[in-house]
Amino acid sequence: MLSHLFNRSNSRRVCIVKAIAIASLFVCCAHDVDAQDTPLISGGGGFTANTNGGKTTYSPIVEPLLALPLGPHLLVESRAALEEAWTPNPKNEPGFNHSHFVGLTYLQGDWIVSKHLTVVAGSFLMPFETYNERLSPIWIGNFQSAPLTYALGNMSTGVATGAMVRGSAFSRQKLTIDYAAYFSAREGNQYFASERSSGGRTNFYLPDKRLEIGFSYNRLLQGTHENFYGTHVWWEPANTAFRFRSEFARGHHAQGYWIEVDYRTQAFHGLDSWVGRIEPVFRMNQTFRRDTNFSDGLALVDTQRADFGLDYNLPHNTRVLTSYSRQFASTGNHNIWQTGLVYRFLFPTWKGK
Amino acid sequence: MTMTFTLRMLTISALLSTPLYSQNATLKASLPPASGSKQPATTPAPTSHVSEGQQIFEQQCSRCHNAPEGFSPRISGTIIRHMRVRASLSQHEETELLRFLNP
Repeated sequence: MLSHLFNRSNSRRVCIVKAIAIASLFVCCAHDVDAQDTPLISGGGGFTANTNGGKTTYSPIVEPLLALPLGPHLLVESRAALEEAWTPNPKNEPGFNHSHFVGLTYLQGDWIVSKHLTVVAGSFLMPFETYNERLSPIWIGNFQSAPLTYALGNMSTGVATGAMVRGSAFSRQKLTIDYAAYFSAREGNQYFASERSSGGRTNFYLPDKRLEIGFSYNRLLQGTHENFYGTHVWWEPANTAFRFRSEFARGHHAQGYWIEVDYRTQAFHGLDSWVGRIEPVFRMNQTFRRDTNFSDGLALVDTQRADFGLDYNLPHNTRVLTSYSRQFASTGNHNIWQTGLVYRFLFPTWKGK
Repeated sequence: MTMTFTLRMLTISALLSTPLYSQNATLKASLPPASGSKQPATTPAPTSHVSEGQQIFEQQCSRCHNAPEGFSPRISGTIIRHMRVRASLSQHEETELLRFLNP
């Protein structure tokens, strides 16, 4: 067929060459544009053992994240959690009980409108303080458990269903300012459970000093309307592997804070030496109840907890997390031992060209 | 004659295709190709760009997590876009990080 066309006339030959050239160019352009934008699956998987008050729970968990770019301005992303938990039978009976949980953590669409504005819609992590958005993935956090103040301001689920605007408001070499503001509807669906609320956060970051100060505000818009305020300070001095993270949150009926420091030495052939992979971590948590009204998920009595962790960063995106915690409260003191192995995976959804 | 027509068509089609992919085309025009790309290698990114991207990586990404050990260059754009939203990166930071991940 092709050779017949080539023999008919010179003009048709030119047309075919043109068509092939255009098609080739289009394919090349498309390939180039899409070359780095293949959808990916990332996330973490791990196995943890948690001994709390003498009872040990074993829990394998996988948290896959899908990121799917659609054209140059859109991104669909979702994270799920698949967890199985084996807990000892009650009343000193032998054996274990097991339960499983499968659910979407969030499912959101991101529309990058301009260099200062991104619109997010769907079910998304609430932008209150830092832990929920930054440190909650199991492969990132230095401890398996969330800080005691996590429930304060995150409306119990940490997830909002609605819309959010966010972006970089100001970005210079010495100072960056970013913002996030959202509105969430009340949603009773078990996969996207959320409460009616609104709020936001703004961060001021000094890149040279590696110092970040942020302020958060949330307001619960159902039941007893309640305000939550938060502030966080992060500091990572340049050219060191020392990190300081802290948060303070305050609600109508309770308040609390946590401070976390971790360090990896570079003195023995850098961070990739066997010594440099050791990461001691310490976190102090305290919560204070302001009155006896219970509406925020925090403990009913003042609670203090000191977490001592020793993590080891193995090659190939694998970490060993171990920690010992001592919790003090008027209802009783107890020890918490945690050990876990977590692995971070990251790969394209298909091989592509 | 044929060659002239072909060149004209190539130019026209290139101009027509540019607005469709304006953001990425502009972004990638100055980028060296990813290692997975079959395009011929061009001039490597200037050292200043690489170091700026590395600096941004240390300032923005390493604050929360360790750098992943190896990943396909085909997903570098998706990673950066995901982090642009999550970490509220500026457009400049996104560009420099992409350049850093694809030297």
